Amino acid sequence: MTDTTANATHFEAHDAHDAHHHDAEHVPGFFVRWFMSTNHKDIGTLYLIFAIIAGIIGGSISGLMRTELAQPHIQYLQQWAGAGATMDEATHLWNVLITAHGLIMVFFMVMPAMIGGFGNWFVPLMIGAPDLAFPRMNNISFWLLVPAFLLLLGSTLVPGGTGNGAGTGWTVYAPLSTSGSTGPAVDMAIFALHLAGASSILGAINFITTIFNMRAPGMTLHKMPLFVWSVLVTAFLLLLALPVLAGAITMLLTDRNFGTHVYDASGGGDPILYQHLFWFFGHPEVYIMILPGFGMISQVVATFSRKPVFGYLGMAYAMVAIGVIGFVVWAHHMFTVGLDVNTKMYFTAATMVIAVPTGIKIFSWIATMWGGSLTFETPMLWALGFIFMFTVGGVTGVVLANGGVDNNLHDTYYVVAHFHYVLSLGAVFSLFAGWYYWLPKMSGKMYNELLGKAHFWLFFIGVNVLFFPMHFLGMDGMQRRVPDYADAFAYWNHIATIGFMMMAAGMVFFFVNIIYTLAAGRKVGNNPWGEGATTLEWTLSSPPPFHQFSTLPRID
Amino acid sequence: MKTLLKIFAAAAALAMLPAAAPAQSAASAPAAATKSAPPSDAISARSQAAPAQPEAISGPNAGAAAAATTPAATGPAATNLPHASPTPGIGQPDGRIGFQDQFTPIGREALWFHNWILMPIITLVTLFVLLLMLYVIVRFRRSANPVPSRTSHNTMIEIVWTLVPVLILLAIAVPSIKLLSHQYSPPKADLTVKVTGNQWYWTYSYPDNGGFELVSNILSEADDKKRGEPRLLGVDERMVVPAGAEVKVIVTASDVIHSWGVPAFWVKMDAVPGRLNETSFKVDRPGLYYGQCVELCGARHGFMPIAVEVVTPAQFAAWVKSKGGTMPGQAKPVNGDATATSPITNPQPAPAAGSQATEPTSAGTAKPPVTSQSQATSSRGI
Repeated sequence: MTDTTANATHFEAHDAHDAHHHDAEHVPGFFVRWFMSTNHKDIGTLYLIFAIIAGIIGGSISGLMRTELAQPHIQYLQQWAGAGATMDEATHLWNVLITAHGLIMVFFMVMPAMIGGFGNWFVPLMIGAPDLAFPRMNNISFWLLVPAFLLLLGSTLVPGGTGNGAGTGWTVYAPLSTSGSTGPAVDMAIFALHLAGASSILGAINFITTIFNMRAPGMTLHKMPLFVWSVLVTAFLLLLALPVLAGAITMLLTDRNFGTHVYDASGGGDPILYQHLFWFFGHPEVYIMILPGFGMISQVVATFSRKPVFGYLGMAYAMVAIGVIGFVVWAHHMFTVGLDVNTKMYFTAATMVIAVPTGIKIFSWIATMWGGSLTFETPMLWALGFIFMFTVGGVTGVVLANGGVDNNLHDTYYVVAHFHYVLSLGAVFSLFAGWYYWLPKMSGKMYNELLGKAHFWLFFIGVNVLFFPMHFLGMDGMQRRVPDYADAFAYWNHIATIGFMMMAAGMVFFFVNIIYTLAAGRKVGNNPWGEGATTLEWTLSSPPPFHQFSTLPRID
Repeated sequence: MKTLLKIFAAAAALAMLPAAAPAQSAASAPAAATKSAPPSDAISARSQAAPAQPEAISGPNAGAAAAATTPAATGPAATNLPHASPTPGIGQPDGRIGFQDQFTPIGREALWFHNWILMPIITLVTLFVLLLMLYVIVRFRRSANPVPSRTSHNTMIEIVWTLVPVLILLAIAVPSIKLLSHQYSPPKADLTVKVTGNQWYWTYSYPDNGGFELVSNILSEADDKKRGEPRLLGVDERMVVPAGAEVKVIVTASDVIHSWGVPAFWVKMDAVPGRLNETSFKVDRPGLYYGQCVELCGARHGFMPIAVEVVTPAQFAAWVKSKGGTMPGQAKPVNGDATATSPITNPQPAPAAGSQATEPTSAGTAKPPVTSQSQATSSRGI
């Protein structure tokens, strides 16, 4: 049951060749192809390019932040804020940086890369479909992101209270985001979230429809590759969570501009209501960012172990369970807002339950490798790094889940360390695993293994040096979102900045590798990874034909 | 070059600190004092007003020594507390790997739970996963195991790795829930202090002691040095509480959400406008304990520290007197804070002379009754 598609190979190769030959004439011209695209692979490529650009910007912002934090005192912010900037404008700039870093990395880097990029590219290929169900809607999903991103970037240029830009944190808590931030910057950031949210909702509808209706004959739900499962669960999370965010931030807008008092206590509203709505979206959102990563890691681990995934059904339903439980744990982000004791006990217990399906996944990946025949190409290194680092981020999550312990750790660097371990070392590692795994398929050319490994090792060591000391800072009491800190925190902050530099050096190899691959990479055949790569995309040419599966493959 | 930048930054940091900005405060203090209901630009008006307060309270020559002086109207200078100096490694960060030493019963319980239950478990789980991975990497590498197995199911082991984590989580959940219930059932309070977060300073009022109010601003770097306090942590007016007393802290805010917390007490409570949150702590060891605002609250979020000074009960009584307050049992000022006599915040029967009829739970946006001393600050703080 788990060895989903190996049997489809023999007749598909022929079919793919046919399709390629037939459609080669029908590739549209440059403008129509890239600006009015209805092709899932082209739109996937657009998403990936977009995510890389957003990642460069979001990563550069973290570079600015680590530079400022390298030593105590405020050193650079005032210069960055512009000539004649007051100290308030400088520290406001800091808040703009943390806000932009969070929003860009969440909405414009990880989500577009995972769901828009790899989801678009490989869901139709893996289920044997010619395209997504609604190709034009797919196009507008992407093109909504561009104005969203421009709005967010533009918001940094207009007044937002004490200085230019939205300095509310990515959570946009009221009343700091309402009465606390005058000027249009926060409105622009909210509109950016609206557009990005609409984009994701349309994408989610597209993926759900496609996966439910366009699977190749014989591919039952229980035969779908785990990456498709992960995108399916993610799409449901998007569909259920994002409208709540949209409603919450719309009410922020009316509070800001039309005199409502939804979140304003002086008018009968409640600032805590915003937090409940936000985190009802926000907690599923963190699973939205990691679930497709789970899927990619499953494909990569199975491929390089040359063994089917261990406990396929358990893996699939663990993701479903994580998605479901992910909707009922949101208030652990609000342990210090003044919840009553029963609420806190419930959210403590419910949050810890998530460790169970997550544990199932970790152990199943290890069991997949157990008895396998492992090779350690770059994608596998990223996958192994992911499994271990995600475990570290997971166990600190269990610590934070305890409401009583969280009292001291809430909003400290311990939390920053925790969520960067599951996102920067989790989601991003899985993105790189997917990138190196599928780059030969997408480009038709093999990346350079040495550059890829240099990228991995520098990045792996760098992010650990960067984020592990943050646990110490948090336990010692350093609070989040501050541009300056007590001198006692200087040592570990300095170490963290050194870690950032190592990571940044690793990223140089990533970009060099892209250029190398596209310019001089060795051409690859249908399946460069050999016997372990059994999903349908490896039955097609590399890169796949412009339109694939005009004759549907049949899965036995 | 680098040193030059640092000097520049330090100078700039000084300029933004309240006590070192006489020009700004001179300009804004009178304006703010007369402004009873700020118009639409309330936030900016308040943020302008805030730095002026130390001077407004303690007189024209205050400047750096704002906290050490008492308001002219009240008690003799002799009753002032000597400013206790912080003890290195206690009540403040010191760069260690681990939590700060704990000085409350809850803190000690939570620290024990973390250090002796959570840490061993998460360390063992992580090492277990690491060892499994290392074993798999070595044992099943292609050169050691060229023919992969096709095993993809083992119901027994799948049940085991579902149930064992459940048991581990249960082992964590029991003490965790116990800790929570202890946090929420403190003994009867001996003293109530109302903490209000403002952009960007804290105010402390003592409803049990006549309702006097203190405005607590960050010290300039020079003043920190002068008083031997850690940079960014020192304040002009500390929150003072007696040792051994169960202190109930009512936390609210006047503008945006702040969060009041002291790591050495294992206490953290968000200050939400329109809500009265409650937490409590009891510290036996006299000394000085620092915290900082822990919820993003705008430009100077990183610059509104918290300092709690725990003193002997006798010193506390003297300090209260020096601030123009009264100890319970003594006659209360006519205009005492409503919460001082409310049966909700203070279950002890107390003379209700002149207590206001306002409902204390009607939240922090309601303007608290003020004593003459704190008039200037409250009219702006709310």
